[in-house]
Amino acid sequence: MNKTFRGKAWVFGNDVDTDVIIPARYLVTDDPVELGKHCMEGHDPQFPEKFHQGDIIVAGENFGCGSSREHAPLALLGIGCSCVIASSYARIFFRNAINVGLPILECPEAAKAINQGDEVEVNLAEGVIKNLSTGQSWNVPPLPEFLQDLMDKGGLVNWVRERLKEEEGAK
Amino acid sequence: MSRTLASAIIAKKTTQKALEGEICKVNVDLAFANDITGAPAIRAFRKMGAKQVFDPQRCAILPDHFTPNKDIAAAEQAKEAKEFALEQGMLYWEQGRVGVEHTFLPEQGLILPGEIVIGAVGASNSGGAMGAFATGVGSTDLAAIWALGQTWLKVPKTIRVLFQGKRPAWISGKDLILEVLRNLGVQGALYKALEFSGEAVESLPMDDRFTISNMAIEVGGKTGLFVPDEKTLKYAEKRASRPFEPVYPDKDAPYERTIEIDTSSLEPLVALPHLPSNVKPASQCEGIKVDQVFIGSCTNGRLRDMEQAALVLKGRKVHPSTRCIIIPASQEVFQACLERGYISTFIEAGAAVCTPTCGPCLGGHMGILAAGERCVSTSNRNFVGRMGHPKSEVILSGPLVAAASAVTGKVTDPREVLSQEELKALEVGSYE
Repeated sequence: MNKTFRGKAWVFGNDVDTDVIIPARYLVTDDPVELGKHCMEGHDPQFPEKFHQGDIIVAGENFGCGSSREHAPLALLGIGCSCVIASSYARIFFRNAINVGLPILECPEAAKAINQGDEVEVNLAEGVIKNLSTGQSWNVPPLPEFLQDLMDKGGLVNWVRERLKEEEGAK
Repeated sequence: MSRTLASAIIAKKTTQKALEGEICKVNVDLAFANDITGAPAIRAFRKMGAKQVFDPQRCAILPDHFTPNKDIAAAEQAKEAKEFALEQGMLYWEQGRVGVEHTFLPEQGLILPGEIVIGAVGASNSGGAMGAFATGVGSTDLAAIWALGQTWLKVPKTIRVLFQGKRPAWISGKDLILEVLRNLGVQGALYKALEFSGEAVESLPMDDRFTISNMAIEVGGKTGLFVPDEKTLKYAEKRASRPFEPVYPDKDAPYERTIEIDTSSLEPLVALPHLPSNVKPASQCEGIKVDQVFIGSCTNGRLRDMEQAALVLKGRKVHPSTRCIIIPASQEVFQACLERGYISTFIEAGAAVCTPTCGPCLGGHMGILAAGERCVSTSNRNFVGRMGHPKSEVILSGPLVAAASAVTGKVTDPREVLSQEELKALEVGSYE
């Protein structure tokens, strides 16, 4: 898994909700590419065309609030979003992003300082965000141990698969 | 160690210490998905290499969102969910029996005091009205629970909300939670639990409590719990599908903070576009034209909501330029409405009445808005594009404001429409 990303920042405000990330009327598929075609449509109908593979979403507080739909992080993966940097996340979105493998960083300082269009580099392994346009950089605190373990095993699906195998072996 | 209700329930369901902030592996009493979140959960379940759900009587699929199926794609994913449920022998109900999940599951006695109940749906908090730790997750998390019977939960801090004073009869659960949203905002309880109690709760019917817990997530909350009381236990005992053991908070529980709401001074409230926390008294919004009114959803599709809508619509007509869509949230509620004559009242008033479904709340079907249209809705979210076109608007309210607005075609404080006698009838209430 690529642990360093570089892309253009797309900056949003507080409370970006799941109805904006992916409207419910498109929830008849869980194919990320299909979902990506409508990502952030409520914010800007042309967003999927303007957004480039590897670009980064930067947002304020409570990113991903609203529904429990896992289609929200899937849609972000589908438009090629490499990671999200926000001041905070709605808790279900936070879990879903980890589970489907969308890298998310919680860093209020970076979220406030990065401007629309800045070139941003993220090193996930080291937990460092760099704003290449301004030269600023920030350290992101590591995830709690259990969640890091989930990420290291490649997400919840793999984590459960291993646990089921262990249980099978123990029988 | 003294505990809040949320922490006490987690402590009962884990082998860990369940200290505040600790990530605990907990046993889950019920794990459910719907026709949208079911199919991705099933695919994740199979990718995990799981063969059997941990306990078919504790795993459920409820087809309620795009059902009766709105189009071929919706039908395909509903079919996938149904086939899996039947193959696994899980709890599953077809249309004609099912209801909107957060209304239906407590009715069936499947969400009980002291339990941990997890749904692959945002509004899963609703079960908190039962004194259960009820919360939502995404499909992959749900699949893991189906496989293991467990999930991880971080023990949250708790904000205590005290509803004080004598609540006027025209103030419903929806007004109370909108007032909480006005106070705390949509991030006010982020990563935290809400615990509701106070003297005004005693007289508060269960249906109103479900409405309040339902919208805990709109305050950012992880869960929104009511401390079980006589009403909770009576409701639970009548319906319980399995034995249960209520859990209570300690008297000196460590709340992060307490907010008090004086219910005696509240007015009927609405949340204007496009955030549930954009709350104003209905009386200050009069004159805003309304194209559609929706009374229903997991937030306000229960019998008490229907009773209030019927009280307003009895002997009145829906405004000629407004459409009013009423959807009882379960077959049980629908049947009770029939027996009480509410359905006749709705039809005589000129409202459209539909079979239970989430439908219009999430812009699924049965009442989608065009560009420039505005809906007063008793549902829980009014984000951009929630009920249709990105240029449509949703105003949230309780059933009294919604029904009064249907009559006038404009946002209306129900006290403007109801007679003194009818206001008195609200006070008495035929229900509970």
